[in-house]
Formats: sequence, structure tokens, C-alpha cells
Amino acid sequence: MEFLLALFGKRKAWAWPYAVFMTIFVVLPLVMVVYYSFVDANGFTLRYFHKFFLANDSINTFIYSIGVAMITTLVCALVGYPCAYFMANKEFGAPKVMAMLFILPMWINILLRTLATVALFDFMKLELDEGALIFGMVYNFLPFMIYPIYNTLQKMDPALTEAAKDLGATPYRVFKDVVFPLSLPGLYSGVVMVFMPTISTFAVAELLTMNNVKLFGSIIQENINAGLLNYGSALSLILLVIIGLTSFLGDDE
Amino acid sequence: MKKVLANIYLWVVIAVLYAPILIILIFSFTEAKVLGSWNGFSLNLYANLFKGEAGPSLNSAIINTLLIAVVSASVSTVLGSVAAIGIHNMKRRQRKVMTFVNSIPMINPDIITGISIFLLFVFLGISRGLGTIICAHIAFCTPYVVLSVMPRLMKMNPNLYEAALDLGATPFYALRKVMFPELRPGMLSGFILSLTLSIDDFAVTLFNKGSGGIDTLSTYIYADARKGGLTPELRPLFSIIFITILLLLVVYNYRTSKQTKKGGEEK
Repeated sequence: MEFLLALFGKRKAWAWPYAVFMTIFVVLPLVMVVYYSFVDANGFTLRYFHKFFLANDSINTFIYSIGVAMITTLVCALVGYPCAYFMANKEFGAPKVMAMLFILPMWINILLRTLATVALFDFMKLELDEGALIFGMVYNFLPFMIYPIYNTLQKMDPALTEAAKDLGATPYRVFKDVVFPLSLPGLYSGVVMVFMPTISTFAVAELLTMNNVKLFGSIIQENINAGLLNYGSALSLILLVIIGLTSFLGDDE
Repeated sequence: MKKVLANIYLWVVIAVLYAPILIILIFSFTEAKVLGSWNGFSLNLYANLFKGEAGPSLNSAIINTLLIAVVSASVSTVLGSVAAIGIHNMKRRQRKVMTFVNSIPMINPDIITGISIFLLFVFLGISRGLGTIICAHIAFCTPYVVLSVMPRLMKMNPNLYEAALDLGATPFYALRKVMFPELRPGMLSGFILSLTLSIDDFAVTLFNKGSGGIDTLSTYIYADARKGGLTPELRPLFSIIFITILLLLVVYNYRTSKQTKKGGEEK
């Protein structure tokens, strides 16, 4: 008891239980990913990365997934930016609840949302192909794009646009030279927040295309499921590097 | 004119976003096995769901989901709040390290979180089950608790706690009477966020549930969908979840808007 009191008497020591927990369940697991990628029963090896770059299957899926993620991000930005813009600007008189309506579907389990999309496509007798995949991805992740843009636009000082107008800028120029550049941080975080989950989800693509289209996440999951832990870890590590790069680039701006 | 067009655009996007949900909602009121075919209005699916006739595995999946969510959100809230106080009192460098580690589970895609924790359990030879799922859930929920408690700490007058101690309060008493009331709103939002994250989670659970037959709602739906047909009772379940969340948000919004109005009047 005495010992405990001395230990936790200092308030900064209160973070220790959490630090220990996080070391075990966050840091160590990541170390495991690296370990399993490079070490197998025969010791240190690079053959899992070798396999990735030589196996046409995985590398093609990888490139394909990046493509899908890019298209999804682009569509989300094109659809989402106007939404955020209209909601943040008082002159359009959009009701305040609107922002809530856009986030509400996010509270519903992603698999159910995806199955609901499948149901919609079935109902409208549309084919479950790549179009369905992109639609489903956009449908799932659009709020991630709208919200950060909406936030930055809303925090923007309205005096800036008024000043631009007073100085004779056309509405187009006000948008191009004032509003848009100021909203870029929001757009960047939206891009990161859409791109990352799109590239890594696996069940969504499976369900949306009746397992016809495989994304990178599915390949990882299949390998892990089949007990190929080393190869699965190597693929995870590659995904981690991409994620790290994306968030790093997003931070930079 | 501009206003009308903007609003039309917004409502069209919302309509598209809600179309799938609406379809499920509508077809929860018919008994048809396959979604999209309508054979008359019926509340049987709801009745089946409540009588537990949708099958024992769905029932246990619902119970597991709630159990895991409540346990991991509670543990996360305590662990995260205590940690936030600790981190808040750390020196700059230590704090930086902690906030970095804290942000890892938030940046990591859940497939990576799931696989990495799974690898740890494999490496240590720990067999997977309910306990491992809960550990994994605590790992990705707690950072959000820390993040929602931190701002409350920043806003709090640091002398209050010291003053309580100087006036003879025991550390525990000061914690309960001074610190806790200040942190409560942050803890509450952290708890609710953890609950929803845990209920929503799929990937992390999938990798850490083991082969003992433990399923949560997410993994149940996944297995179900892969088998081809979706259990019809999931439609009413889904509708109930959706309506509950909708109501909660409406109430929450109504309350906060009333509060801000009150605050405005006081000024």
C-alpha cells in the first residue's frame, strides 16, 4: 500500500498503467508484424517480399486497390466538397440538422450498410460490378470527406470573403482565391480519411461484388486465414508503409 | 435560385445515402426470405426477433456484442481517464511520446490493428476467445477516451486539485469531488464513443475471436452474408438499431441546442 501510494502519488505516474497496456497491445503487436514479415522457421528472410513482387496476383491486386481507392477518394471529393460548401455557407440556408444527417449513417454497422447497398442494387436490378464497388465505397466513406471540409469552412472567418467581395472580386474569384485555398487542410484530411479505409477494407469489396473483385485487404485476410502468417504479415507491413506515407503527406500540407 | 439548387443538391445526396437504409427499413415489415420481394405486410420478423426465434446463434451474437461493448468501454473509460490525467502532468517530451503512441490505433486501419494483436496472441501462444476480443477492443477504444478527456483537463484550473489537497482532502476524495465532476462530460463522450466503436467493429473482432464459435453481430452478419442469404430477422434488428440511434441523436441535439440557447441568453 505504502509502495503504491508512493508510486501513484505523483500524478504523472497515473499514465503508467496505460503506457504498459499500450506497449503490450499496440507497440508489441506492430513489432510482431515486422518480426513475422522477416523471420520464419528458417530464420531471417526476405522471401515474403520477394514473393509479393514476383507473384503477379498480389502486386496486381495491390495496384488495383490503389486505383479503386484513388477513384473513390476523387468521387468523394467531387460529391462531398459542394455538400460541405453549401452547408457551411449561411447564404444557402441549409438547415443545421443537415450536417447531422450526413453523419448518421456512420453509426450503422459498416457490413449492414454494405448489405443495404447490395439490396439497393438488387432492388434496382443493377449489376454488382466495379461500379457497385465504387458506389458502395463512396457511400460508406463520403461522410469522412464532408465532415473535415465542413469543419474548416465553418471555422473560416466570414470577414475574409466579405473583404474580397468589397475589393471587387467576382464570386468565382472569391471562391478560387480565398475560400478554396483556406479549405485545403480540410480537404487533405478528408482525402486521407477516405483513402486509407478504402484501401484496407476487405469485407466491403467481397460483399459488394459477390467476391468477384478482390482488394488488397482481402488478400491479406485470406493469407492470415489460411495460416500463412509470414506472408500475411509482409503484406500488412506493405499496407502500413502506404498508410504511413499517406498520413505523412497529409500532415505535411 | 442559387439557394434552391444548392438545397436540391444536398437533399439528392442525402436521399442516395439513405436509400439503402430505407429499403431495409421497408422490407423489415414483410416476411419474404429474400430482400426485395414483398409478400404482404407483417410484423412477424419483429416478433421472431424478440421471441428469440431467429436462431440461437443470432441471440448469442447480440449478447456478445453488448457484453464486449459494455466491458471494453467501461475499462477504456477508466484506463483512459486516469491516463489522461497522467499524460497531462507529464513533461513535454514524455507527453509527446505518449500522444504519439495514443494516436497509433486511431491512424492504423482496423485490419492492421486486428492482425497485429492476433500475431501477438499467436506468438505468446494465447488461445483466442472473449477475453482476447475485449483486450483488443480496449486497445483501440482507449485512445478516443484519452482524446475526449484531455480538453477538459486543459480547461480545468490546475490549482483546484492542489487547493483541495491543501485544505486537507485525501487524494482520493479530491479526485472524486474536484477532478471527477470536471472530467465527467469528457469521460461520458469517451464512453459513448467507445461503445459505438466496439459495437461497430468488425475486422479486429474477426481476427481475435478464435475458432471457439464466439460471434459478435458483425462477424455473424459477415458469416451469414458469405453463406449467401441474410437472416431475415436482421432487417428488423437493423431497423431498431437505426431508429434508436436516430432518436438518441435527435434528443441529444435538442438538448445541446437548448443548452446553447440558454447559454446565449445568460450572456
